[in-house]
This record gives sequence, C-alpha cells and structure tokens, in this order.
Amino acid sequence: MIAIINYGVGNLFSLKSSFAAIGQEAVVTSDKEVIEKAERILLPGVGAFEDAAKKIKESGMADVVKEQAAKGKPLMGICLGMQLLFEKSYEYGEHEGLGLLKGQICPLAEDIRKDLKVPHMGWNGLDFKGEKHPLFQYIQEGDCVYFVHSCYAKNCEDSTIATVEYDVDVTAAVAKENVMGCQFHPEKSGETGLAILKSFCEMTGKEGVPC
Amino acid sequence: MITKRIIPCLDVKNGRVVKGTNFEGLKDVSSPIELAKYYSANGADELVFYDITASAEGREIFTDILVETAANVFIPLTVGGGIDSVDDFDRVLKCGADKVSVNSGAIRNPGLIEEAAKLYGDQCVVLSVDVKRVDGQFRVFAKGGREDTGMEAIEWIKRCVGNGAGEVVVNSIDTDGVKKGFDLEMLQAVCDAVSVPVIASGGAGCIEDFITLFKALPKVDAGLAASIFHFGEVAITDLKKEMKKNNIPSRI
Repeated sequence: MIAIINYGVGNLFSLKSSFAAIGQEAVVTSDKEVIEKAERILLPGVGAFEDAAKKIKESGMADVVKEQAAKGKPLMGICLGMQLLFEKSYEYGEHEGLGLLKGQICPLAEDIRKDLKVPHMGWNGLDFKGEKHPLFQYIQEGDCVYFVHSCYAKNCEDSTIATVEYDVDVTAAVAKENVMGCQFHPEKSGETGLAILKSFCEMTGKEGVPC
Repeated sequence: MITKRIIPCLDVKNGRVVKGTNFEGLKDVSSPIELAKYYSANGADELVFYDITASAEGREIFTDILVETAANVFIPLTVGGGIDSVDDFDRVLKCGADKVSVNSGAIRNPGLIEEAAKLYGDQCVVLSVDVKRVDGQFRVFAKGGREDTGMEAIEWIKRCVGNGAGEVVVNSIDTDGVKKGFDLEMLQAVCDAVSVPVIASGGAGCIEDFITLFKALPKVDAGLAASIFHFGEVAITDLKKEMKKNNIPSRI
C-alpha cells in the first residue's frame, strides 16, 4: 500500500487514480499509523513553497516523513513535494525544507533567457544522468513528461538522475537511496508517467530494510 | 526542449460531445469519456472540456463525467463553461480538472481572475476569449460569441494576464468553422502583447494549418481544435509525425 501524504496542499484525486490505473492501492492520509504501515510514501504538493513547508511542519507530517525515510522506506516527492525534500528554497524569500537531499530550490526566471516563459509549462523530454535509474526501467531517454513549475532544484548533482532542457538543464528527477523525487507530474504524463509510478511501486527500501 | 501542444476540445452538453460551425447548428458526436480516453491514447497533449449545459441537471451529469474522465485519463485536463465564481473553480478542480478556463465569467465579474489566481495559482487560470473583427478592431465577444462587448481584445487580454491569467486561449470567431487555417494576424497581435502561453483556436482544417501556425508564429504554444479531430479528418498521430518532419518540437 502507498500512503499519499495529505497535509492540506493540492488535489490528490488524479494521483490516487493513477495508482489505481496501475493496479496499486493508495490511500490519501495524514494518519501516522497508516503511514508507518505503508510500504511506500508519496509526498505531493502544488502551490508556493513557503505555505507548503509551513503546512507540512505544522501538521506533524514533516517529522513522520523524515522518520520513515530514515528507516529506509521508499519515498517519492512530486513537483512541490520534490522541492520540499531539499535543504532550502529561495522562492519569495528564504525557506527551510526537509533537508533530506542536498541542494536549493531557485527561481527559473533568474537563470534562463528572458524570452522564455515562466512557469515552465508543458511536455519536455528527459535526459538521463549517469547510469539509467531503476525508476526509468520501463521508459526511454527522450520520453516526454508534463511540467508546471517556476522554481527548480540546483546544486544537487549528487542526486540528479534526469534533467530537461529549458535553456539551462532543469532538474527533472532526483534519487538518493530510498529518497526520490520528480519535478514533473507523473500522474499527468500519460503512459510514461504511469510507467515511472509502476517502477516506484516495485522499489524496495535501503538494503536490508524490509518494506 | 518544450514541445508544442495539440489539444482537442470537447464541447459537452447533457453528457454528450457536440460541435457546431461558427457556434451554431450543434451536432451530437460521441461520449466524452470514450473520446477523452481515445485522444489520450492517440497523442493528445492535453484535453479541454467545455460545459455548454444550461440546466442544473445537465451540470450534475457534467461533474460525473469529469470525475470519470479524471479517473481514467492521465494527461492535463482543462475545464471551462459556466465558470462565474471561485466556487465554480472549486467544483471542477475537486472533480479532477487541472486548469479552469474562464470566458464570459471574467467579463461579468472582472475580479474573478485575480481572486482565482490568488487561491489556486496563475498556472490554474486560463483566459479564454472569443474575438471578432468589428470596424477594423479586435473585439471581445461574450456568451459563446453571440454578444459584442465593445471591448478591445488585446487590451482585455493584457488586463486579464496582469490579473493572473496564466494562459490564453484565443478563439477567432472570424476563422472558426471555416477550416482555412488559424487567424495568424490576430494570434500575432496577442503573442506580441503577453508573455504567458498562447493557445490558438479556430480555423484549423488540415495538418498543414498547424504546421503553418507553428512555423509562422514560434511564440504560439499550442493548437486547439474540435471537429476535425472528432470526425477523424485529422489524426493527431499523423499531425505529430508531420510536426517532427518539419522540426517542430512535439511529443511522440
């Protein structure tokens, strides 16, 4: 079972449906016991970093997620949920994240050509970094996924497993042991997105940790 | 590189997809859920559902259709038609819509776009505008293209984008249903005026019309059409192949 963390941010209907479409049971929850029992954790998120970071901390979900990640349970952040996994965000100020991954979230507009539109919205093709990650076992390099975001993760070379080109190399997916994240929306990325979620559902935790 | 999007638009009335020519003479086409699944499996990058139902009963059928579509189709879904308040935004977003398109609602209530953008983010708010040339001016039309508002279209679009519309669908009434190509002149004027994504609508009759659009106006992000897709005159997979051949970035 997959626990989709509910901390009052965004609509989780599509995400839940996408797991149903690949035959996986997913529950939207903020119940600590349910999350502890889950085999995998999914951290969603849309909107502004500051608001989401505040909500995840105040709801107590930040501690639960960090605790479960430390135990080795597979954890995947999606969109803003991925950004929350990092140390810091510079979206409208400076805000602390969960610090599970090294790097910072920075506004795209400061780094790209002025004629390019922000948010970076639409379908873009993945460039794999390093050895092909198991999350991508059912897809090919160049397959397109759907993005909607204005900030992106930087200084995270150690965890970057895919980027997309938008004048600069935009961090598209990250993974460090059992902690993973997608800047794009797999639940809105057609068959390619479902294939990535399927791979996530086949992942086990850190070596030696049952999940 | 970000790809150019191809978007089929489904006008839904009482649970069925309809499409008229120049907004009149509606024809029943098919089931919206089945059509959405078909398009998603055959290369559509996004879907637009317009609810053109007038009755409360019809509106309920529409929400049921939305829920079922969102549970089965995993590409972005924009919903429009009868969006007059943030409660309407809330209603369709809860049913699985990713973006909400406002047209007459924004004309009736000029604060709607700003209010919705603050609550749900700019990326969620799509301005849809029906434009027709009147006395040498681009004029905004309301009520499905039946009523001249007297407003100049480019100024209206700039104002709505300033208030938080994250994307603009430009539907040219002059070319809609004519099938002789998109309204390049009108689209150029909009692209010059705003920096948010612009979606071209109205006038596509064949694959070549999309190629012409993206080559002539590289700033246009997407092409939207209805009947040519619904009646199988243009298969999206063929269109995508032709885009690739012409070096227009496309998915698939």
